Amino acid sequence: MFYRLTPNRSRPVQYPAFLHPNFMSTIQPVAGQNEQHPDVALVERVRAGDLAAYDTLVRKYERQLFRIAQHITQNREDAEDVMQDAFLKAYEKLDQFQGNSKFYTWLVRIAVNESLMRLRKRRTGKMVSIDEDIATEEGSVPRDFADWAPNPEQNYNQSELSEILKKTIQGLPQGFRVVFVLRDVDGLSTEEAAEALGLSVPAVKSRLLRARLQLRERLTRYFKKKASAVSQANSAPKGNEPQANGPMGNGPRANEPRESEPSVNEPKGNGPLGAEPGGDGADA
Amino acid sequence: MTCTEFLSMLDDVIDQSIAAETRAEIEVHLRKCGHCEVVLDTTRKTIEIYRCHEIYEFPTEVSERLHTVIMDRCKKAK
Repeated sequence: MFYRLTPNRSRPVQYPAFLHPNFMSTIQPVAGQNEQHPDVALVERVRAGDLAAYDTLVRKYERQLFRIAQHITQNREDAEDVMQDAFLKAYEKLDQFQGNSKFYTWLVRIAVNESLMRLRKRRTGKMVSIDEDIATEEGSVPRDFADWAPNPEQNYNQSELSEILKKTIQGLPQGFRVVFVLRDVDGLSTEEAAEALGLSVPAVKSRLLRARLQLRERLTRYFKKKASAVSQANSAPKGNEPQANGPMGNGPRANEPRESEPSVNEPKGNGPLGAEPGGDGADA
Repeated sequence: MTCTEFLSMLDDVIDQSIAAETRAEIEVHLRKCGHCEVVLDTTRKTIEIYRCHEIYEFPTEVSERLHTVIMDRCKKAK
């Protein structure tokens, strides 16, 4: 573990994809090939008239749907409305769910469409698509190579950190933001995210890379700056503050020794790539 | 391996979906290139910090209120 972070109470156990050798999805543990996903049985019960089964599905996914809607609409009231409308629509159209995809993926697709419709309403009928604002080259190539402090989040209180994370992700183009949320926050596979968004797998991959790099670049500004301020405040004249020395002239090389800064997120003895790849961790 | 080649595989490295042979090449590159190592480390941290921190609160009372509305609307739609 390389961070002490505020636990996200929406999920009982947090395993970053790159630390969990068997990671596939935090939302729906993948059943074996011949195993039926538990949602399928619940859907069947709903179709047979059991509303309590739908109650279970709503409870299971309401937080995720709310999060997705909030990320797309960037408005709390709209997100609440989207969540309600998406669950109602899914209930009304349950006969159209063929079971070829996971129920959750199907549900996300409805929520994404409802979110885009909500945005359209807010913009008085102007077309809104998931492809909006993606024609940007910003952040597609890393520019800032300064390393972060070992635990940058500790330099901020919870509300400050929340604001930073919110502001940073809100600055991403919508088409990147939603891909990042589905893949990296919700834990959908690339294929599931593509299906939920009606995009091709290569499009999701391309957007995910750019979303990750843009977020990284933007967060570096905060975490580097704060780390630097703290370092100045301590102002012990150590004479070994990192100087710009990389090709881009703005940061220390990561593999140079730093005072009281352990090599981050690198399991010792395992090389820079961390743990051996899990057999089923890939989603390519 | 060049930095551009490494960058094109960054997501696969993070998602641990690279072949053992390529993985070895990447390990060699990372030992030599501090910038790529930083990009990898900080991108991983970026993902983890967003995974572990719920930036949009969803308090129980809101959840209960919305849940009640949803189920009422479903009952009526029956």
